[in-house]
Amino acid sequence: MTDQPQATKKMSIAEALREAIREEMQRDERVFCLGEDIGIPGGFGGAFTVTLGLSEEFGHERVLDTPISEAGIAGAAVGAALSGMRPIADVQYADFLFCAMDQLVNQAAKMRYMSGGKVSVPMVMRAPSGATTRAAQHGQSPESFFIHVPGVKVACPSTAYDAKGLLKTAIRCDDPVLFFEHKLLYGSKGMRAEKGALSPEGEVPLEDYTVPFGKAAIRREGTDVTILGKLMTVYRALAAAEDLAEEGISCEVIDPRTLVPFDVETVAQSIRKTEHLVIVDECPRTGGWAGEAAAVLQEAAFGSLDAPIKRVTAPDTPVPFAPVMEKYYIPDEDDVKAAVREVLRWR
Amino acid sequence: MADPSPDRMLHMYRQMQRIRQFEEKVNQLFLEGRMPGTLHLYTGQEACAVGVAEALDEDDWVVGTHRPHGHAIAKGVTLDDMMAELFAKSTGCARGYGGSMHVGDPATGVLPAIAIVGGNIPVASGMALGFKMQKTGQVIACFMGDGALNEGAFHEGVNMAAIWDLPVVFVCENNLYGASTPVDQVTRLEKLSDRAAGYGIPGETVDGMDVLTVHGAAQRAVERARNGDGPTLLECLTYRFVGHSRSDTRSYRSRDEEAEWKARDAIPRLAAHMVERGITTQDEVDAIAAEVAAEIEASIEFAESSPSPAPEDCLKYVFTEEAGQ
Ligand SMILES: Cc1ncc(C[n+]2csc(CCOP(=O)(O)OP(=O)(O)O)c2C)c(N)n1
Ligand SMILES: [Mg+2]
Repeated sequence: MTDQPQATKKMSIAEALREAIREEMQRDERVFCLGEDIGIPGGFGGAFTVTLGLSEEFGHERVLDTPISEAGIAGAAVGAALSGMRPIADVQYADFLFCAMDQLVNQAAKMRYMSGGKVSVPMVMRAPSGATTRAAQHGQSPESFFIHVPGVKVACPSTAYDAKGLLKTAIRCDDPVLFFEHKLLYGSKGMRAEKGALSPEGEVPLEDYTVPFGKAAIRREGTDVTILGKLMTVYRALAAAEDLAEEGISCEVIDPRTLVPFDVETVAQSIRKTEHLVIVDECPRTGGWAGEAAAVLQEAAFGSLDAPIKRVTAPDTPVPFAPVMEKYYIPDEDDVKAAVREVLRWR
Repeated sequence: MADPSPDRMLHMYRQMQRIRQFEEKVNQLFLEGRMPGTLHLYTGQEACAVGVAEALDEDDWVVGTHRPHGHAIAKGVTLDDMMAELFAKSTGCARGYGGSMHVGDPATGVLPAIAIVGGNIPVASGMALGFKMQKTGQVIACFMGDGALNEGAFHEGVNMAAIWDLPVVFVCENNLYGASTPVDQVTRLEKLSDRAAGYGIPGETVDGMDVLTVHGAAQRAVERARNGDGPTLLECLTYRFVGHSRSDTRSYRSRDEEAEWKARDAIPRLAAHMVERGITTQDEVDAIAAEVAAEIEASIEFAESSPSPAPEDCLKYVFTEEAGQ
């Protein structure tokens, strides 16, 4: 990690990701992008504009438009990585990772292990996650699937600063990284803007910096309860914390930034202070990240917990279309507030 | 090839009008912020869905794509059911659970549309396998875009249908683009129907802007399928007159190209053909369009006055037994 640099610019997450890719492509000839509709002249720059302008800048050979072939994209990334390149692959919606599961789970994640450590797969697979009134096949949050796959790292940036810094770490990482981005956080502009988006902008250093994997960020300090959230639910947690402060409840909000590796210690330390933990996650409940985080954290800090850990998650259903049902489906600040009040009843 | 009966041609005209006007209306509703979600409009491709659907029997099936409104309307899903679904109402064909990308209705032989590109292809082969095993005599038409041919699912689904002589018609609507990507950038083939040879099945490329041509080719393919002779890959050359989805400025293609294709619009083309043959008059044709417009207005009223699902309805329909969560 470099020191906190001086020159910064206000950026959306989409812009910050683009900056990371641009700088890494300038820095390292081996870095290239491949995906659907990412570099077509007059096109979209990917489903959420992240690669906009990069094919003009670096040439279409390094911003490769692929056929609609997710298994092919993932496999090509694995192979190119094995040959010494540093591919940044993407799918237009995280849901399409399922089309590429064999390449990601059986190939990318296992090459290094199967070879007894003799080969490695330095690839990034970017994937837009989260429900946005596009229903069951375009709104899933599949992060949890991948924490169950030994051999892939999983990053989940929720701020522009982290988006740039984590993506750089991912690109330089010698192992496969699943990089999840939330559709409502991108801040895509113009025609690609998302209804109901939060689009947090943040000051992003113009120089090179990285954000390390496995280091959680404390987004708000507090003393009564720890709330752990990722991607969009960080903001749900922050909104809840703001409201609860008015009731005299002090919440500490933690963003893990990467799910694999997971910074157990930062959260455990917080629990030692607050003695209460709520985990907020947009993944469906059963077998999800929230459950895994709860298990790990009760192992690490059971003695400090004053109440059972509470999960706030999406229910065990596909993502519904109707906005009224989707709103019910997505964990929001009211759900978080209710959970916080519930765990604090044990005080 | 002889024309279909005058009644059928008039019906085809009405169906194409239904699709065209439905799409224009929902686009407007969407832009006005009255309709949620996202939209992939079928405008311009009407002849493909209608030509194929009119070659199917009532108890045959279709399965559509992320651009499914045309497929569903052509096979008989009512405008009320469609409109209410797009408005996310509980009276919609999927009760508000699916939305634009998953319209369908088993009562009319329309599977919920599958919005994973290529994802519907093995499913269609599986339906056809079921028809064959149960000797029902039914056929399924599986729609796909040009982009779907490059998914592995295409290969696996078509090959199985080929080896087992399954009663399925694979309809590839080649509209020259997959989202922003021109088809010639993602395949070496000039004719996508040449892919058929790789599976040992017949392939045919037809003018997808002429509903009668599509219909004739579809009839041959359906007959083959129903006779137990296996699948056909039917490529329809067509064009979407509008953007890929709600947010597309179409800067990747030229306005000249768009104008060229719009000049081949299948809807006035069929009207002119029928008037020329004395099957109908321009007045009658205009009257059909006006009737459809009224039908669409009525469907909007139906949809807007329909109830929304309850928020917690989101927990229903996960499993067949509804024990609750
Ligand atoms: C497996 C999968 N990959 C990507 C997408 C995103 N996507 C939706 S439509 C589309 C283009 C499809 O092109 P084509 O098959 O030609 O159909 P068209 O849109 O032209 O009707 C893409 C890439 C998707 N829905 N599913
Ligand atoms: Mg296409």
